[in-house]
Amino acid sequence: MECYLDNSATTKCSQAATEKMVELLTKEFGNPSSMHEMGMIAENEVKAAAEKIASTLKVQPKEIYFTSGGTESNNLAILGVADAAKRRGMHVITSMIEHPSVANPFHVLEERGYEVTYLPVDEQGHITLSDLQNVIRDDTILVSLMYINNEIGAIEPISEIGNWLKANYPEVVFHVDAIQAYGKILIRPKKEGIDLLSVSGHKIHGPKGSGFLYIRDKIKIHPIIFGGGQQKGMRSGTENVPAIAGLGVAAQEIYEQFDEKIAHLYELRDYFISEVSKIDGVRVNGAADHSNAPHIVSVSTKGVRAEVLLHALEDKHIYVSAGSACSSNKPAVSATLKAIGLPNDLLDATVRFSFSVHTTKEELDYALSQMNQLIPMLQKYTRH
Amino acid sequence: MYQAFLIKYAEIAIKGKNRYLFEDALVKNININLKQVDGNFNVRKENGRVYVETEGDYDFDEVVEALSRVFGIVGICPVIMIEDTGFDDMAKAVIDHINEAYPDKHFTFKVDARRARKNYPMTSMEINAAIGERILEAFPETKVDVHHPQVMIHIEVRPLINIYSTEIPGPGGMPTGTAGKGMLLLSGGIDSPVAGYMVAKRGVSLEATYFHAPPYTSERAKQKVVDLAKKVARYAGPIKLNIVNFTDIQLYIYEKCPHEELTIIMRRYMMKIAEHFAKEDGCLGLITGESIGQVASQTMQSLLATNEVCELPVYRPLIAFDKNDIVAVSEKIDTYETSILPYEDCCTIFVAKHPVTKPNLERIKKSELALNEKIDALFEEAIASTEVVICKGE
Repeated sequence: MECYLDNSATTKCSQAATEKMVELLTKEFGNPSSMHEMGMIAENEVKAAAEKIASTLKVQPKEIYFTSGGTESNNLAILGVADAAKRRGMHVITSMIEHPSVANPFHVLEERGYEVTYLPVDEQGHITLSDLQNVIRDDTILVSLMYINNEIGAIEPISEIGNWLKANYPEVVFHVDAIQAYGKILIRPKKEGIDLLSVSGHKIHGPKGSGFLYIRDKIKIHPIIFGGGQQKGMRSGTENVPAIAGLGVAAQEIYEQFDEKIAHLYELRDYFISEVSKIDGVRVNGAADHSNAPHIVSVSTKGVRAEVLLHALEDKHIYVSAGSACSSNKPAVSATLKAIGLPNDLLDATVRFSFSVHTTKEELDYALSQMNQLIPMLQKYTRH
Repeated sequence: MYQAFLIKYAEIAIKGKNRYLFEDALVKNININLKQVDGNFNVRKENGRVYVETEGDYDFDEVVEALSRVFGIVGICPVIMIEDTGFDDMAKAVIDHINEAYPDKHFTFKVDARRARKNYPMTSMEINAAIGERILEAFPETKVDVHHPQVMIHIEVRPLINIYSTEIPGPGGMPTGTAGKGMLLLSGGIDSPVAGYMVAKRGVSLEATYFHAPPYTSERAKQKVVDLAKKVARYAGPIKLNIVNFTDIQLYIYEKCPHEELTIIMRRYMMKIAEHFAKEDGCLGLITGESIGQVASQTMQSLLATNEVCELPVYRPLIAFDKNDIVAVSEKIDTYETSILPYEDCCTIFVAKHPVTKPNLERIKKSELALNEKIDALFEEAIASTEVVICKGE
């Protein structure tokens, strides 16, 4: 049995999205900027994708800007706003558990002379509004927080924070990294006080190399890529029409029968958590209720290094991630796991299971039975 | 454009009656490396010289790069070759060459003419003087310095006239395939590829053995070693890589022996397995990247303990190298970037916090008695399940 439980790293591209892409790669392959009919057809595909996406968020299609993926969306949001608003102030706020595609742009801002405040999290990975209230200042220009943490699945109180910001600091731009959240929770930027929202296509059964940034109308932001002025100059470069259209299809699909899908995921997750916790030396990180995502389970195993468990599971065709290894294969200590206060001996003993709508109970049973055999065996041989 | 490259080699010239064997190997290896370069090349021997002649277009840098990976070559001299149509034409060719090759003419030079063809109407001394004069006339900024010239202009009167003024250093050593075969213990680290390179440089063909320990080491770690072998093969020729699954032996040692002796005992079994393949394939020695005192398993006491299991000689070309020096070579041969990829290798997975640094051979042997029950069977299993990959330089 093959058991792909690494859906927070990437997902399988949906059949409908793939078909759409093949059509646009081989038949309707025009450049949206071309003045002839083929160009218009391509342009319409981009518009249609923006409309599909906008309707999932209840925003306007013109507020959707396509990018090469989550990393670019986050870079554009953070660097673009910081640059556009620097005359108002140079203080920015983020959290200690952000993905590198957020954390590293903030490090760049530090080098450029901005002051960055990093919000802590509690043991379950949750940021609190009061922590933000304590550090926000008159010269704060940007708050950037993730909606769902990619390592342990904590859902952050985005609506609460967004609405408070709108009521008290309407000038502060609120950016939300929703790369793990889009398709897993209903997001309503206008109601939640969200000004910018980053999304990646390949996490929602769309193609790699696709993504978008929602930019609320009237938000001031400077581009970070310059060229032919496509997408109102916000993101130059010929639109990746096949990927954009594929993303549009995937976005529409992921929000169909949404409640049932989420209920299914939570059912799987709750089952997995209860079964995996029975294994000796295993603990699940993060909250087990609905303040945690339906698709991510972070598991620490005493005495078994993550890399070893990962490869042992791989041998059984079960695919998971070690720690946060979503983007790189460098074994670095996870900032998130440290921030939630995980004991040192578990920092490199943590693997992430992440599900998709295609995950079945049979797959989980198979994975659990393999873990029941492997973990006691691996625990016998440890480093001294 | 240069029409040929004069290949200089040093040690081969003193090999007496075997000399042709070395020269033929050199010619063969040059041909193999030039196959990767676009263009037509003719490699030939002439009176104790090897020439690479070019025909039509070629990329100069690519040719030099390919040649600089052929062991045995000491120097690569790009040569202009002209028919002998009189002194004036020869002088013009020299002037043209200088004009093209040295944009800044503020340099000192010396002309060094030789006549292989003794019936040429001028003597070497006369050629030196006359060409020197023409150069000074054409480029008044230049100066003659016969003791320490910045540019040495060689003119050789052979059937064709050869003109050259630069010598690009080659890797040195002896042509690959002229010294027998060695078995390299290849890990994913920095040292062992360098050790393989250095021994190969003396003309030795390489075979390699790598130990992996799934699930403790990953597929990527294995791929990394294959990539390293391919990099070394760019110099040393194709390498047969034996990939041994070492997990069961390692776990068995872990279970039965004191943990602080684990690394030493493990390394003894690695040597035994590598030697098994070495003997099977006619290798004349083992090659390791060990360097005295670098880690606990490379103290002199530890080396004594690991060496003891082998009948074949163990070549350790890095034995007195500092890490910096090893890194410098690995950067030169382009293995460094691959070596530092952070995948765990099987030597480190169970390493004890305080491994013995001065193992006592008798005590180690006594500890190994605990393995008697199953070790032979595990050894046979490891041999039988070994995977072979032929790694060719790309």
